[in-house]
Formats: sequence, C-alpha cells, structure tokens
Amino acid sequence: MTTLASILMDGIAYGMILFMISVGLSVTMGLMRVVNLAHGGFAMLGGAFTHWAMAEAGLPFVPAAVVGLLAVMVLSVPMERVLYRPIYRMGELPQVLATIGITFIMIASVNLWLGSSLLSIRLPAAMSGAVDLGFRTLPTHRLYVLGAGVLVIVGLFVLIERTRFGIKLRAAVDHAGTAACLGIDTSRIFALTFALGAGLAALGGILGAELLPIDAYYPLRYMILFLTVVAVGGLGSITGSFVAALALGVLDTAARYLFPDVGTIFFYLAMIVMLGLRPQGLMGRA
Amino acid sequence: MRQILPFAVLAAVAVAAFYIFPYNLAFLTRVTIMMIFVLSLDLVQGVAGIATLGHAAMYGTGAYAAGLFAIHVWHDPLAGLAVGAVAGAVIAFVSGLFLMRAHGLTLLMLTIAVAEVLQEVANKFSDITGGTDGLGGIRMGRLLGVWKFDFVGQTGYVYAVCVLFLVMVLLKVVIGSPFGLALRGIQDSQARMRAIGTPVARRLLASYVLGGAGGGVGGALAAQSTQLVSLGVYSFQLSAEAVIMLILGGTGRLWGALIGTAVFMTVHEVAASVDPFNWLFVIGALVLAVVYAVPQGLMGLPAEVKRWIGRLA
Repeated sequence: MTTLASILMDGIAYGMILFMISVGLSVTMGLMRVVNLAHGGFAMLGGAFTHWAMAEAGLPFVPAAVVGLLAVMVLSVPMERVLYRPIYRMGELPQVLATIGITFIMIASVNLWLGSSLLSIRLPAAMSGAVDLGFRTLPTHRLYVLGAGVLVIVGLFVLIERTRFGIKLRAAVDHAGTAACLGIDTSRIFALTFALGAGLAALGGILGAELLPIDAYYPLRYMILFLTVVAVGGLGSITGSFVAALALGVLDTAARYLFPDVGTIFFYLAMIVMLGLRPQGLMGRA
Repeated sequence: MRQILPFAVLAAVAVAAFYIFPYNLAFLTRVTIMMIFVLSLDLVQGVAGIATLGHAAMYGTGAYAAGLFAIHVWHDPLAGLAVGAVAGAVIAFVSGLFLMRAHGLTLLMLTIAVAEVLQEVANKFSDITGGTDGLGGIRMGRLLGVWKFDFVGQTGYVYAVCVLFLVMVLLKVVIGSPFGLALRGIQDSQARMRAIGTPVARRLLASYVLGGAGGGVGGALAAQSTQLVSLGVYSFQLSAEAVIMLILGGTGRLWGALIGTAVFMTVHEVAASVDPFNWLFVIGALVLAVVYAVPQGLMGLPAEVKRWIGRLA
C-alpha cells in the first residue's frame, strides 16, 4: 500500500515535469511542423542559468529561477528567428540534422561555460523537507512540482481557450497559410509560442533538476524521453501531452520500483504498444 | 565510363590511404565499415524515404550474430558476414512488419524504440551476449583460408574495402533497377505509386529488409575487425550519427553517403584530438553550415557554388 502510494506520488511528480518540458515541444511541433530535437536544450539552459545565478551571483532559489526562466525566453526569440525560421520549409531530415546541430552547440556552450560536471540547484529549506499529512509524510518538493504542473495546465487552458492569442494560435495550428490570409500575424504567433514553449521547458528543467539532474549532456540524454511524450500524446495536443506524460511517468516509476532489473524496457514496450494502437498519438489528429 | 570513373577514384583513394596512413589502419577500417552502414541507411532513408533513427537495430543484431557465430559455430569471416547479413535482414523484416505502417514522428520514435528494446534484451541475456562487459573472445580464421588477420590490421582494412565495393556495386544495381525506381517514386508520392499499381507496403518492406541486410553486414564487419561486440552497437548515438553523416553528404545518391561519412569521421577524429573539450562546437558548426548553406548536402556543393558564382557575375 505504501509502495503503491509512493509510486503514484513520485510517478505523478515525474509526469508533471515531463509534461512541463514536453508541452512546448508538442505545441511548436504541431504549429511549425518542425522536428525539434533541441528542445531539451532549453530545459538544460534554464537549469544552467539558475545554477549560475545561485552559485556565482549568490541569489536565492526563487529569484535565480526567475532569472533562468527569463534568460531562456529572451534567448529563444532570436534563436527562433535566425536558426529555426529557415528550416520550417525543409523536410523532416534536414530539420533533424539542423536541430541536432543546435543541440551540439548548446551542449558545447554550457560545457565551455560551466564545465561538464553536475550543475546542482539547491532547493530552499521550505521546499526540500517533508510534509507530514498525518497518515504519511511526503517530500515537499513533489508537492511543489504537482502544484506547478496543475498551474501550468490550467494557465495553458485559459490562454488557449479563452484569449485572443489562443484563438489565433489555434487557427495557426489548424492551417498557418489560411490564418495568415485572415490577417493573423503568424510569424509573431510563432515567435511568442516558441518563447513560451522554451520558457516552460526551462521551468520544467529547473523544478525537475532533482529527478532529471542537469549537466551539459542533458539534452541528448533525455531527448528520446521528451519526444516520446510528444509522439504518444499526439502532436500539438496539450491534453494529449498531459495524459501521456502522467501515464509514462507513473509507468516508468512503477517499473523502476517493482521490476528494477528490467530497466527501461517497459517504457519502450509501452511506447511501441501505444503508438501501434494509435499512430497519431492519444489526442492527435489524423 | 561515367559509371566506372567514380569507382576508380574510390579504389585509388582506398589504396592511397593504405600507404599514406599505415599506422591509422584501425581508424580507416572504422570509416570503411561506417560507410557500409551509412550506405545501407541511404537505401532505406535516401531512396525509399523511410525516416529512421534506429538503424543501429540492424547493425547491432548483425554484430552479435556474427560474433556469436564465430565463437560457437565457425570462425570463417565470410560465413560470419553472411550470418550478419541474414540476421540484419530478419530483424528488419520482423520490425518492418509493423514499422512500415507508421509515418513521420511516430515512425522515428518507433524505430528508436526497437533499437532500445533490443539493447535492453542484449543487456538482460548477459550470459549469452556478455552484457555490459561486451562479447569478447571472437577469433577470426584466415580470410578465404589464405590471409591471416594481422595485428596492424592490413588484412582487416583490405577486407572491409572489398566488402564496401561489393555493397556499393550491389546498391548501384538495385537503385537502377525497376525496384529502385519504384522506391524513388514512393518517396515522391505514395498515392501516385499506389494508383499505378505498385504494392507500396511490400516495396517499402523489401527496401527495409535489404537495408537491414546491409546494416547487418556493417555490424558483422565491426565485430570481426574489433573482435568485440559491446552494447553500444544498439545505441541511439550510432543511429543518429549515421543519419547526420548521410544528410551531411547528401541523400539518395550513394556517393553522398561515402563523402558524408569520410568528412564527419575525419572532422570528429581531428577535432576531438586537437581539443577534447570543445570539439562538439566544430561538429555542430559543420552540421549547421551544411543545413543552411548547402541543404542538398556536400554532394550538392558544386551546384551551389556554381549558383553563387552565377549570382556574383
């Protein structure tokens, strides 16, 4: 019973982190039709900036995290304009090549700047202890992650379903050309969405540093993980990413708790089964 | 003549490399084996247009099959090569049965998953495969009963180059055949090919199996020349690097696969030995330069340069 509860708690927290990092990838891939292998790089950069702000500039956790988040978002706008825009019209494979190249440059930059060792992000005392719920205790960090994940999905829901920006974004996802003909400035939508996705990845990277430790090779190590969430959830679907991230998070955690010696095989078999049953992903459109 | 000249150049380069870098034969052999692997990927990806990031599945299976065959059955190199080819083809056939129904990102992810599952299986059955320690103790018999595999790797290099030629000629024939043209047609438009009566799914599966056999040959050669098979033969990194080399050189034209592999591996080797900490900058810059300046790959460089000069004049 306690094992089950720990699996659920850890799995859901892990799933929330996966969701935060992957949702931006899903939306940008659905919107711009770019296979973006460099997305995990934004999570890594968020963690790296935060680590730097805490270790070098001596900021406490929350301001440092804000610095990391903003730095990534500010950096992502010129990157979208210069590096990504030319590859929107290319085929899948040149996109794979270009975004792997971008990933390499990100890794090499962080490696040069902060070295190849682990970039620790120490949580403040308020977030690192355990909470006593009476019948059992929970690590506080997991609760914060849970809360952040819920806030993100509610925020995204409101943004996409209830604002003018959301309407334009949905129109551009459906058909960018038609949306542009109707007077929607799609290139601005692209840039804003890209920055938002990068920012969410950074947030996930910072909050998830305890589960997915940050170092220079982070984007390569977890690339497959994030892409799996997107593929299983369905391109461009926020709900799909959410469900897929939670399902894969709980499944992976459960496999690690219950069958520690079979490694990651469960994760990949689950992916094969899910994609075999629904090639477009859980919520993807055909 | 136009068909033969490139082969003559390739032979000349292979012979020249043998005499100019007599102490780097191990590296040259690795490049040659990688060329075979990337060529097999070119058939699948460049000609038939099947996007894959899991071609290592076939390479790894060929490597383990050839290694186990040499240890337990017979140490003849050519027989081992054939076993590797068959093993690669079988795994491509089995995985291809469900892979060929997917497209785009789903296909990419499924190909990755197949290679990862195989790696995990190889890790689990460590009493057969050696697990993380690798499969050691592969002893090779004389090539054709005559040439012994020597310490410097001269036999290994010549052997790999001969196999490369064979694979190259075979692929040229395949690509020029009606089957090869059908694959090209499928890449351009599946709907059109279906309309003129081509069994699209069967053609794609056939090309995947053929590419799998080529990948298996590459893996078998690697197992024979290094006399060791590690779990790394199934790694995502290997699949991804092969794709990088292929697109770098230019897809669908075979020679691009050779050029891309040679350039990538040479730059990688030199950059990593000059600056072991920052070599990734060089690789990243090379990759980005090709994507943005010559999207057709290095094979498209002459045409692109002509265009630039034309614009200046």
